[in-house]
Amino acid sequence: MPGSRTYSTEAIVLRQRRLGDADKIITFFTPNYGRVEAVAKGVRRTKSRLAGHVEVLSHCNLLLHRGRNLDIVSQAQLLENFRGMREDLSLVSRALYAAELVERFTDRSMDSFPTFTLLVEMLQNLDKRESAPDTVLRYFEMQLLNELGYRPQLDSCAACDKRLLEETNYYSGHAGGALCPACRVDTPISGPLSVNALKMMRLMQRVSLATVGQVAVDAQLRAELERHVRDQINYSLDLEVRSAAFLRDVQRQEQRALATAPPISTSVPG
Amino acid sequence: MPDPVSSAAAPVARLIEAFHKLPGIGPKSAQRLTYHVLRVSREEAASLASAITEAKDKVFFCSVCQNITDTDPCAVCGDSQRDHTSICVVAEPLDILSLERTGYRGLYHVLHGVISPMDGVGPEQLRVAQLLARLKGGEVGEVIVATNPTLEGEATAMYIARLLQPLGIRATRLARGLPVGGDLEYADDITLSRALEGRQDI
Repeated sequence: MPGSRTYSTEAIVLRQRRLGDADKIITFFTPNYGRVEAVAKGVRRTKSRLAGHVEVLSHCNLLLHRGRNLDIVSQAQLLENFRGMREDLSLVSRALYAAELVERFTDRSMDSFPTFTLLVEMLQNLDKRESAPDTVLRYFEMQLLNELGYRPQLDSCAACDKRLLEETNYYSGHAGGALCPACRVDTPISGPLSVNALKMMRLMQRVSLATVGQVAVDAQLRAELERHVRDQINYSLDLEVRSAAFLRDVQRQEQRALATAPPISTSVPG
Repeated sequence: MPDPVSSAAAPVARLIEAFHKLPGIGPKSAQRLTYHVLRVSREEAASLASAITEAKDKVFFCSVCQNITDTDPCAVCGDSQRDHTSICVVAEPLDILSLERTGYRGLYHVLHGVISPMDGVGPEQLRVAQLLARLKGGEVGEVIVATNPTLEGEATAMYIARLLQPLGIRATRLARGLPVGGDLEYADDITLSRALEGRQDI
């Protein structure tokens, strides 16, 4: 909208940084304008009218004013605060990891609608505890790779293009997909790719989160999927995802807690 | 356009640079401060310089609560009049000043930050281990987590609560509600629903 000084948009809050005494620079992810950075004035004051509406990982409606460098938040209205997710450290740590991925992978004014929808879907799923949190996160990563043009090649070998057989293959973020046993020798790999893991990764590329969420994933498969998908993310992003360290920390805490309490069971396919 | 910093005499330029590095000081303020310092008497300038170096040399972190102090243990930790069974965990030393105004008379623990995964700040970068070490004595009955009610502050509080659970120490969190002089119309849903949950008889 050329000429218009203000515009309104939906947004998910990805990140906040302090600016001066009482202001913050907030990174929003919007369905139509991509990643937007805007100044929210006075949000560090207790009586701020904006603060509660632009907390990290909330879904809100914004009225933004175009500035010379950064836009300015003039009004904000919370749509969803995802309180169920927010008050559970296991879920928050995964949502923050996803937010960092979106922040690092996306840019201003890109076609962001599919990624925005994906992010909202993921946050809603975590908030309502519909599926195992790690499955939600893997699905999110695989779909994000799709959207951004890094879709892993999983039907045929990423090096020799021969059809993959139902055997243990290998995964390589460097090659951008699965490798057949013959091709693994020349390429750095993240490890062997079991038949189940390959099927699960293919499934995550093709079907809805609700369907993927139905699949029971045991601890071993979960770890394998995490290793391969993380390898692809790190290779495509060419950077270490910083939130991963904290997520590992929380996962370790969870495993210690599992030793003393019965596990939260994931649903078995019907 | 000539750079105003480089066209000034070298020692002046260096001082402008030094002021500019301070938080909240822009290039113009830095120049104004510099020329102010050049105008004042030598004694006054020297006392500013020595106040800075003295603060830097004589001040360190309290070995108990990690607050900034010039004695070890600090005045709060060494005060036998205070309640040594309660520790209030805060993110920054400045938060203690606010809490002291409320009349709280327990002890403190300064984390020096909050968990912020995107900035690479995890529990290892904070003074969490020191907090756990303090709790081993068995004297402490309650840990009040007083981090900010932001996502990072909440994540830090939940992380600490998880660590305290096996120790059997009561962990509490500051209540959330409406600020004095605030306006219901502008209250966000979380604050308002928390305020409703925590309502009290009048």
